[in-house]
Amino acid sequence: MNTLQEQEYSKKVDFGIWLKLLKYVKPYKRLMILLGFVMICVAGIDVAFPLMANYAIDNFVVTKSLDGVGVFIAKYAAMIAIQTVNVFLLISIAGKIDMGICYDIRKAGFKRLQELSFSYFDKTPVGWLMARMTSDTGRLADTIAWGLVDFVWGLTMMCGIAGVMLVRNWKLALLTLSVMPALAIVSVYFQQKILKAYRRVRKTNSKITGAFNEGISGAKTTKTLVREAKNLEEFQELTKEMRSSSVQAAVFSSIYLPIVLGLGSIGTAMALTFGGNSVMAGAISYGTLMLFVQYSIQFFEPVRELARIFAEFQSAQASAERILTMVETDPEIYDSVDVIGKYGDAFNPLVKNWPEVKGNISFKNVSFSYKDGEKVLENFNLDVKAGETIALVGETGSGKSTIVNLACRFYEPTKGEVLIDGVDYRKRSLLWLQSNLGYVLQAPHLFSGTIKDNIKYGRLGATDEEIMEAAKLVNAHEFIMKLDKVYDTEVGEGGNRLSTGEKQLISFARAILANPKIFVLDEATSSIDTETEQIIQTAIQKVLENRTSFIIAHRLSTIRSADRILVIRDGKITEQGNHYQLMRLKGYYYRLYTNQFMEEREISILKENA
Amino acid sequence: MKNFKLLWSFMRGNRLLYIGAILSIGLATVFSFTSPLVLRVTIDSIIGDKVMEVPEWLKGAVDYLGGRTVLMQNLWICGAVIVLLATGNGLFTYFKGKWSAVASESIAKNIREKLYDHLQHVPYDYHVKSETGDLIQRCTSDVDTIRSFLAVQFVEIGRALFMLSMALGVMLSLNVRMTLIAMLVVPIIFSFAVIFFIKVKKAFKDSDESEGRMSTVLQENLTGVRVVRAFARQQYEIEKFDVRNAEYRDLTYKLIKLLAWYWSLSDLLCMMQICTVLVAGAYMASQNLISLGTLVVFTTYEAMLLWPIRQMGRILTDMGKTTVSLKRISEILDAGIEQENEDELKPEINGSIEFQNVSFGYDVQKPNIKGISFKVEPGQTVAILGPTGSGKSTLMHLLPRLYEYQSGEISIDGIDIKKINKKWLRQNVGIVLQEPFLFSKSVKENIALAKPGADTEDVYASARTACIHDVIEGFEKGYETLVGERGVTLSGGQKQRVAIARTLVKDCPILIFDDSLSAVDTETDTTIRRALNSRPKKSTTFIISHRVTTLSEADFIIVIDKGELVQQGTHDELIGQPGLYQRIWAIQNELEEECEKDIQPEIMKTVS
Repeated sequence: MNTLQEQEYSKKVDFGIWLKLLKYVKPYKRLMILLGFVMICVAGIDVAFPLMANYAIDNFVVTKSLDGVGVFIAKYAAMIAIQTVNVFLLISIAGKIDMGICYDIRKAGFKRLQELSFSYFDKTPVGWLMARMTSDTGRLADTIAWGLVDFVWGLTMMCGIAGVMLVRNWKLALLTLSVMPALAIVSVYFQQKILKAYRRVRKTNSKITGAFNEGISGAKTTKTLVREAKNLEEFQELTKEMRSSSVQAAVFSSIYLPIVLGLGSIGTAMALTFGGNSVMAGAISYGTLMLFVQYSIQFFEPVRELARIFAEFQSAQASAERILTMVETDPEIYDSVDVIGKYGDAFNPLVKNWPEVKGNISFKNVSFSYKDGEKVLENFNLDVKAGETIALVGETGSGKSTIVNLACRFYEPTKGEVLIDGVDYRKRSLLWLQSNLGYVLQAPHLFSGTIKDNIKYGRLGATDEEIMEAAKLVNAHEFIMKLDKVYDTEVGEGGNRLSTGEKQLISFARAILANPKIFVLDEATSSIDTETEQIIQTAIQKVLENRTSFIIAHRLSTIRSADRILVIRDGKITEQGNHYQLMRLKGYYYRLYTNQFMEEREISILKENA
Repeated sequence: MKNFKLLWSFMRGNRLLYIGAILSIGLATVFSFTSPLVLRVTIDSIIGDKVMEVPEWLKGAVDYLGGRTVLMQNLWICGAVIVLLATGNGLFTYFKGKWSAVASESIAKNIREKLYDHLQHVPYDYHVKSETGDLIQRCTSDVDTIRSFLAVQFVEIGRALFMLSMALGVMLSLNVRMTLIAMLVVPIIFSFAVIFFIKVKKAFKDSDESEGRMSTVLQENLTGVRVVRAFARQQYEIEKFDVRNAEYRDLTYKLIKLLAWYWSLSDLLCMMQICTVLVAGAYMASQNLISLGTLVVFTTYEAMLLWPIRQMGRILTDMGKTTVSLKRISEILDAGIEQENEDELKPEINGSIEFQNVSFGYDVQKPNIKGISFKVEPGQTVAILGPTGSGKSTLMHLLPRLYEYQSGEISIDGIDIKKINKKWLRQNVGIVLQEPFLFSKSVKENIALAKPGADTEDVYASARTACIHDVIEGFEKGYETLVGERGVTLSGGQKQRVAIARTLVKDCPILIFDDSLSAVDTETDTTIRRALNSRPKKSTTFIISHRVTTLSEADFIIVIDKGELVQQGTHDELIGQPGLYQRIWAIQNELEEECEKDIQPEIMKTVS
């Protein structure tokens, strides 16, 4: 997981990556060609402006006559007009390409994220994925679009200037341009240094944000441990690092600019000295001298630009590499071609071919181990009849969640098979099973939007009446009606404007609306107030009716009312039966039950008295 | 104004450096504006034969270098002067870059440290009430706004002002009419820039907000991936994301379009200005009103001036943000911090504690703790029981002075705790919070946190007492396992036990467990308490708990209700009195009855 984040990417130019990216650039081929053309025009006119000045000096100033000044102004005005249009075009076209590519890559990335298996999400932190989808994608598209702009402009400009100078006076041109190789080398060297230094600054900056986060969230703990001074010391390490890396980055830029200025001035000095002598010798005109001086000043700009693009492309390549690893990851769980042919895929399901789910589930000699080789289940067998409620109890890491994940096909068995209504679920489509699934998590997850939107998530076509019906069934209606905008109340990001209990109820209503054949509940241990607790309990009973259910159970009332309780230990069923049967065993379940009984009663007494 | 005073105080220690940086810009500007002048003299009066119309010092410099003839024969000297001037310009540009970076980064460093330290020393209550996200925002992006104001914006403004005044000075000395012509469009360009960036503020904001919305959809999809799959809503999510993705694209493109208008129009203005200077200059030069060199100076200055002036619009509109950021930071720094006095005591603490008629209220009008009195001998274990919200946790927070009681007195070994140094007190009163925070460090470092220099044995010993040693050893990397936000996720019970080990490492004579065994199962709870009791020097211990076993094994029990001490006594005394404790104790009987019923064979038959 962490290795994924820290992974260093190759620094060499990797054509393979850029070739793969062609797919995303292709739709913008025409625009890019147009943009290239515009940039050539921009650079061309930029090269021509000094020529105009040169013309003015030679024809008006030196000769002291204003013949043809009208035509001159007209030409100049035309150039200005064209350049204005060019600038407008270049920004809007490059912007269009930038945003377009960005949009396309994000779209492809998002689609892939909807297909990837849970194993991928288990080992990839959300933050990492967010960074790929936002900043990396942005940087890549930026570099492709604006890099093209600067590249074409820089190259044309350089060639144009060099060309004009060579034509005017090749000897003087060579002399003036003699600093060019040094300029190029220095530029490439420094631009890379600068870019790297800023990358370090960004890294340190995110560490500082992390430190602030920890310092503030942990402030209470810090106080109780009297660790203020030591914390500050550790924090100062970071701020020191931040200062030194920022200063270093700034110093690189501040050394680079003077060097470029210095080298450029040598070019200017050459032009002045040798050009001046030529003027005195009558070999070139005043205007030409001025032109060379002007060009020698202008020349370093494109060199600098090209060096910058060169460095940026390297960093964009790293972004591209990271994005591509994500987009090219294949899901571990997928439907076979035959299955897709018959039942459709996740985006184009052939619902009419789907058989109805009754809800019988069997595990046949199922073994499962995680990627790292950690064995969770071995030769696990279980038969669940349609409509049965199964409660799973056991300690953290015993394998309860794995059993549920296998039943939902969030994971597939490494060996053996899981049958739904007697058929191996790999012979049916993923979407078929998951469309018949209801799932309520211990920490309920809601989406930003209104309460109505969130309940509707269970069945998109549901009418307002049906939504209200579902909410009433789980006793959510009452609290919803007390809210400002009732069903149209915004729940906030992740539902954080509601209490945990309220979120639970909404997620139950959502599950009810979906009317699944198979229902999974990961029950919360978190204590909510007694009243809500009872309301939720009733809601659970409503949800469980007539469905095959798996409950990772903590609450006694849920456990007791289950048709069958499985005690799971190290991936095996150690005790099995209904509440009464297991109580008689006086084994693990008995202990668990008595402890939990005490706990629940104690807490409820304390709450009643509050 | 108050805000900029604050900024000035932040700059302490770096003011000279910063002023040096600003002066360097001035000098760099002088150098960069001198080279067109040298070019002019070279072209007009050395290569050409015009009479030198330049400031005295420049004439002096020419004479010093040997006069016109020598220079004409040795044009390289003029070239060398150009290079020298560029070197001077470069040198001061470098100083400006380096000094402004050092100054602004040091100032940012100061602000960051000040904020961090301040936030650690504000009273406990501040952190109970404040919003973490908002504070972080202020400490990071607001500080960065100030940093970039100092490092970039203010410096750029300085540069533009220097340039403008230099250019105006030189131009005016050369030709007043030409100067007017050269400055014709400058105010227009400047106002255009300012007005534009004020007008498009909304477009920038729209784009930013839309990006935020897109990120939210993405984030919620990723964190809720199980819900998405369980309801088979992949297609729906794709469509939802597509709406946001497209919205962001369109809004940003709209912004780019606006910028395209801005840059093309301001380019148009600039080019028109340059063209005007060129044509007017050429006309005047042809009429011998100005020299060719002067024309060159004007065109060069013009090109140098226009860019910074266009930038100005952006910078000036951004400056408002700095004031806002300063205000937000000063709000944090204005919050009072816990004071330490020199005459505070640091006594050896033995562990006898007395509460005498202690009252406290978050709001003085509504006391949460009402006149509580009790006495504890060193080494005793006190269990505290009370309904949710009765004030038991608040009561315990008074002991290490996380809250300051308002009347009555709490004394430790006969000393009023208000006379004891707070940090000293907290070092001796270990409190384990109900929801402890673990830092992003290894388990080992987390446990050793409170005792600098704790060795491995100390850490292991307290981890064993807290019943977490074996769990930690079971991790792939053992004690080196990273926990906290970026590390492995520990269960609630594991977190609590690490926090207990962390507190135990200090060997405090007084320990408080603020319901900090709630997520640990009953058996482990018992084991931990046994281990605590068997330590060589028993600490005076307070345990807030609801568990009968925990409560019954204490030396005595305190029952709190609505901020008042309603019952106090040993287990045997309290089971004889009607009250909360008796009710809790009765659960055991209920359990037995319940179990009896459940095990009855006849029920078995009816069920199966």
